[in-house]
Amino acid sequence: MDLDPIVVTLIEALIKTIVVIIALLTAFAYLTLVERYVIAKIQSRIGPNRVGAIGGIALLQPIADAIKMIFKEDFWPAQADKIIYTIAPGIAVGTALLAWAVMPLHPSTEIFGYHIDFYIADVNIAVLYLLAIGSLGIYGIVLGGWGSNNKYSMLGALRSTAQMISYEISLGLALVGVLMLSGSLSLVDIVEKQSFIWNVVWQPLGFIIYFIAAVAEVNRLPFDLPEAETELVAGYQTEYSSLKFALFYMAEYINMLTVSAIASTMFLGGYQGPFGILPGVHWLILKIMFFIFVMMWMRGTLPRFRYDQLMGFGWKVLLPLALANIFVTAIVMVIFK
Amino acid sequence: MPADYLPILVMVVVVVAFAAIALTLSAMTGPRRPNSAKLAPYESGMPPFGSARRRFSIKYYLTAVLFILFDIEIIFFYPWAVLFRQLELFGLIEMGIFIFVLLIGYVYVWRKGGFEWD
Repeated sequence: MDLDPIVVTLIEALIKTIVVIIALLTAFAYLTLVERYVIAKIQSRIGPNRVGAIGGIALLQPIADAIKMIFKEDFWPAQADKIIYTIAPGIAVGTALLAWAVMPLHPSTEIFGYHIDFYIADVNIAVLYLLAIGSLGIYGIVLGGWGSNNKYSMLGALRSTAQMISYEISLGLALVGVLMLSGSLSLVDIVEKQSFIWNVVWQPLGFIIYFIAAVAEVNRLPFDLPEAETELVAGYQTEYSSLKFALFYMAEYINMLTVSAIASTMFLGGYQGPFGILPGVHWLILKIMFFIFVMMWMRGTLPRFRYDQLMGFGWKVLLPLALANIFVTAIVMVIFK
Repeated sequence: MPADYLPILVMVVVVVAFAAIALTLSAMTGPRRPNSAKLAPYESGMPPFGSARRRFSIKYYLTAVLFILFDIEIIFFYPWAVLFRQLELFGLIEMGIFIFVLLIGYVYVWRKGGFEWD
């Protein structure tokens, strides 16, 4: 049976997309549980231990949460802009999921004589694509805050936008060092070139700048000013309920996974093991879990920034550091070839 | 190659379908018992007053303009970074001049208080 190569590509892409989305949604569901459990342990509490508990951990809690979310009342506030208010969570979650289109997950292999690439698309501008999709993600938050027509939502959206665009500059500059080393914008190439030594060895400062900026990008503590509970209730999510709220929540956690995956791919060799040991998706998962754990740990231990400190840190510290990092990398590369 | 983007197009379709199904599902399931208090904007229990869309700090606009300026500068770094191994010393000097010009603007904004929030 012979099929048109275009049709084969489409079917392959469809299967991969569905697998990736299901994996991400499952990861999201269990991340909420893991986060609650880790924070509880840090704060010497017990944490979720009722629904389907095995060994004191409520393993069915995410499913119970999902069912509850679906059957909650979904309402449109009287003052809201109905269309913008409705599509904003969709944009947030859609852009979060789309970032995974270019992520290399596993080395290409032959299974039953059939060549399989473990990424959805290998485009030659993958890094630019990631930055572009990340910028589009801001629209979900802005439109959600504006469409709700609520003062808390509005303030949360404004703060969030200013914060995300400020840290996006350092985020983009931190990646330049890696691009200089690998000479390619394709994530597949970047990972392949790290098969023996990871980029973090040559780019420790870039790695730290990237991670700090990434935590600010996903609005996590200590940079969670947009949803600072003590002053803004829930920020841009204040007026949302039911699955619309769940979609925002999903977007936030998937974005955490995305920035962790980018950090792993660009700096820690993605699916490559240390010194080329057993490359595979398990390494990527381990690295992502490490970053996620650090983010939870930071949430459990660090207090929130003040807003002027936050903006000052982004513009006056991270940006010059990132520029200096590029310049030093360039000089070292010219001297030592 | 444009064909490389075909899988991304497939993913866009799937993701849009997913978001649309989730939003429709949330509108169909669950009770619908609206009342005027529930539909009013939430202001921590106080009676809401005025619209949320009023004047806000000019600093947000300034940040947005600065972002556009610096973000374009970053995009100039990308092709240079990818080709840096071929450009070597020439690339280093060119980029030194570029960063110097960038820094003049940066220092100007800093001295003018563009990064201060009060």
